[in-house]
Amino acid sequence: MNAADNDQKILIEIQNVHKTFGTNAVLNGFNLKLYENENLVIVGKSGSGKSVLLKCIIRLLTPDSGNVLVLGKNIPELKQNELDKIRTQVGFLFQGSALYDSMTVRENLEFPLRRHPEKLIGHDVDTLVKESLQSVGLEHTIDLLPEELSGGMKRRVALARTLILRPKIILYDEPTSGLDPITAKEIIQLILDIQKKYDTASLIITHDMDTARVISNRMIILIEGRDYATGTYEKLSKSEDPKIKAFFK
Amino acid sequence: MNGLRTYFLETGQLSLFAFRYFKEVFKMPFETKELLRQCFLIGNKSLFLVIVTGFIMGLVLTLQTRPTMMDFGAEAYMPSMVGIAIIREIGPVITALICAGKIGSSIGAELGSMKVTEQIDAMEVSGTNPFKYLVVTRISAATLMLPVLVIFADAIALLGSFLVENVKGHVSFQLYFGVLFEHLEFSDLNPSVIKSFFFGFVIGLVGCYKGYNSKKGTSGVGLAANSAVVMASMLVFIVDFIAVLISDIFYNL
Ligand SMILES: Nc1ncnc2c1ncn2[C@@H]1O[C@H](COP(=O)(O)OP(=O)(O)OP(=O)(O)O)[C@@H](O)[C@H]1O
Ligand SMILES: [Mg+2]
Repeated sequence: MNAADNDQKILIEIQNVHKTFGTNAVLNGFNLKLYENENLVIVGKSGSGKSVLLKCIIRLLTPDSGNVLVLGKNIPELKQNELDKIRTQVGFLFQGSALYDSMTVRENLEFPLRRHPEKLIGHDVDTLVKESLQSVGLEHTIDLLPEELSGGMKRRVALARTLILRPKIILYDEPTSGLDPITAKEIIQLILDIQKKYDTASLIITHDMDTARVISNRMIILIEGRDYATGTYEKLSKSEDPKIKAFFK
Repeated sequence: MNGLRTYFLETGQLSLFAFRYFKEVFKMPFETKELLRQCFLIGNKSLFLVIVTGFIMGLVLTLQTRPTMMDFGAEAYMPSMVGIAIIREIGPVITALICAGKIGSSIGAELGSMKVTEQIDAMEVSGTNPFKYLVVTRISAATLMLPVLVIFADAIALLGSFLVENVKGHVSFQLYFGVLFEHLEFSDLNPSVIKSFFFGFVIGLVGCYKGYNSKKGTSGVGLAANSAVVMASMLVFIVDFIAVLISDIFYNL
């Protein structure tokens, strides 16, 4: 960790988190800090518990032990209404987009907004929906159903739906998985643009090192349920540790 | 032994699910728009099926009972006998079974696939209560709509029965329904309407329970839909049995 980190505000702090399913110990004392305006990438093998980790941050799963501090609040201890408040400030992009397939794109975007009118801040729903779609370049799909969209478009609409509540933090679960390299690049660019435009911090999970190289300010390598190594892409790519080297082949 | 354990476990979980429904149904905010949409969908999806089966039930029941009643020289009682059988028992139960198949499976499959594709999780992380939006509305809609469908089915079944009487026994419309309403009492109608609410409730409850707790993977969705139908149909009979026992106490059938 470099000296500059100390002046920056910490948005998420995970301390010594453990999570076990039956006999399968997925997280084994994981630690992480996410700073303001930062792109932190977590890499790990398939099944290493990356999605589980993200889900612990917004309590889709509850860790067995350890602290998960988001915007200063300890997530496992929050009451439901306090949790809901935090959740509106943390965007989550699911691995499979998770668009509501019985609703049009417009209704998908309106859904979180209508249930959090405090987020309207003087704007009307329609303007915000259009603006959000515009920032992902998909205004023309507004009246389509998710089934009429391609995989890449779905990912963007999902991103627009996340953006509409103006989160301070966005959690991306494999934003480029299942996409062709060109579309993947577009999504990466979009993530970078959005970060600039809305000043968000991002926690990005991936197993694609190209994505990690382009997008990350810092990286954490997840091995055996721990934050095995932390550092910039350059630093980690020069490591002599065979376990780390395996990721950079 | 294992089967018995699963049985009690499932019963317990279903009861907890029902308990959660009652806890959340009266809490603000109400998802009124979604409730109305679900009512429309449920009614719209099942109406045609219910009308066809109701009509056929009326026809068949009348055709089948007619010869026996004639042997006893009791044709005059046909309208009241068949009519009361339809209103008291056959209309509600057949309609509930049809709806267990149609509504139970579609709710199970819909919520199951929403669960599997993480749509329910997505609702949850956007700070919305998915139980309220998805489950409470569907259970309430099924509870409210089933009695309506049953009344439709009864009316159509009586019409079918009348048509047979009219063709075979030259009974006029006035005579048929005159005889029927002479014998029909509130003690016939009330329990059947009341139990229809419960049929709707268990169909919605089981469909939602199975879908909401569906296992990951596409096979989980199929399983959710399938077991929703089986369990809902069984519960319809159990509720029916209990309803008959209770109305026996109140009305001395
Ligand atoms: N709800 C759950 N119940 C039981 N086990 C689970 C659950 N969720 C995840 N697991 C287990 O936790 C482990 C990690 O899963 P996770 O989904 O976090 O992997 P991942 O790192 O995201 O992999 P991928 O890159 O393939 O998405 C897996 O072995 C999985 O079987
Ligand atoms: Mg994953």
